[in-house]
Amino acid sequence: MAVISANTTFMGYRRDNGRVGVRNHVIVLPVDDISNAACEAVANNIKGTMALPHPYGRLQFGEDLELHFRTLIGTGSNPNVAAVIVIGIEEGWTKRVVDGIAATGKPVAGFSIELHGDHDTIMRASRKAKEFVHYATGLSRQECPISDLWVSTKCGESDTTSGCGGNPTVGNAFDKLYELGSTLVFGETSEITGGEHIVAQRCANDQVRERFMFMFDRYQDMINRWKTSDLSESQPTKGNIAGGLTTIEEKAMGNIQKIGKKCKVDGVLDKAETPTGKGLWFMDSSSAAAEMVTLCAASGFAVHFFPTGQGNVIGNPILPVIKICANPRTVRTMSEHIDVDTSALLQREIDLDQAGDKLLECMMATINGRWTAAEALGHREFVLTRLFESA
Amino acid sequence: MIHAVLHDAKDTVAVAVVEGIKAGTELTAWIMDEDKMIHVKAQQDIPIGHKVALKDMNVGDTVYKYGVDIGKVVAPIKAGDHAHVQNIKTKRW
Repeated sequence: MAVISANTTFMGYRRDNGRVGVRNHVIVLPVDDISNAACEAVANNIKGTMALPHPYGRLQFGEDLELHFRTLIGTGSNPNVAAVIVIGIEEGWTKRVVDGIAATGKPVAGFSIELHGDHDTIMRASRKAKEFVHYATGLSRQECPISDLWVSTKCGESDTTSGCGGNPTVGNAFDKLYELGSTLVFGETSEITGGEHIVAQRCANDQVRERFMFMFDRYQDMINRWKTSDLSESQPTKGNIAGGLTTIEEKAMGNIQKIGKKCKVDGVLDKAETPTGKGLWFMDSSSAAAEMVTLCAASGFAVHFFPTGQGNVIGNPILPVIKICANPRTVRTMSEHIDVDTSALLQREIDLDQAGDKLLECMMATINGRWTAAEALGHREFVLTRLFESA
Repeated sequence: MIHAVLHDAKDTVAVAVVEGIKAGTELTAWIMDEDKMIHVKAQQDIPIGHKVALKDMNVGDTVYKYGVDIGKVVAPIKAGDHAHVQNIKTKRW
């Protein structure tokens, strides 16, 4: 029997804007690097809150600043977040982030440090954070249809077993979720290189195809502008090469196994943009794991499929990251990081349909509340993508 | 036991999926898309996840995996050799 069908439901947190979360975090979000200390102090004072420190947010401008705001607002707006405390050094940009998150209808409060200092800010923000924890812990999970689930994917520390085992497992699960009306995303623009014609063929129409090729060419132009070699050891990474991957084309062909055999690419997003409809979306994004998963969280995705070959240990503060691995050596040596072992696939002991179902069983447990390996191990990588230097 | 897998019958390399393949081992390779087995003798040790060549290839030849072009040969390769960065390079960048 199939693990999921049109009648499948899960217990999630339905937010005021209709979106459904699978976690119920109260986050303390710094607008800028110098507000990290105050955020961490609030999170230390009030149990059940989590600070999301990061190194940016000062003197950024233009498209890079827009992406910064989009990522912070998107993170606060994610349905896995119940309420948000925002702290920035000054009022203006702090208010911009607060107003962006407030559009979801969830509780959000902003505090700026100038004219107050850390002590007073931490005291006021802690009082509000305590209120938000009471609010969040008073919420209950409700029954929600599987079509309300948003699932993202990105692979990392890939090796050749990713392309034969881990990634096709995700592809099989994506094909099944797509049919049931879930919202899905993949990206990693540079890691499509060599397989861009295949993704282009899968686009739902010419308009989507043109937008995809625009994003692909834009990333290639960036690489060509800055490269000093053929990128060997960066793309593929040294870890990829140690795992047996030789060229970017080979890595790309493995990467795109994640979009399965049936799904169409229904739309294209710029970094941290939110999908406007159901189906499979391509998001222009870095292929660096923490950057890409942070962008998926900022786009509003609720659970993440992360196939790995050599053993990437990544997690995310608000987005549960499910690790899938088909490399028997990695499963043996790094078992605490792996949620779904599909190595039997490469010995022909299970078929792809069974591997996909194994992942979906883990997904169902995760979205109903069971923690992933990365959550239990405390992996909370929150990494903002930058486009260029600060002014 | 399956020692190696390939995706498409057109592929000129296969991926080792077991640990400790030594030179001289007769390998069973599974063509996943066709569910067929083929055989090749390893001429070198092949670490897990690394590729074994399925045919002789000359400098400039295209290497096929997933049935598509994944790069070019930059040093001669014999069937059964370890196929990796020492004899294959990207055609991009």
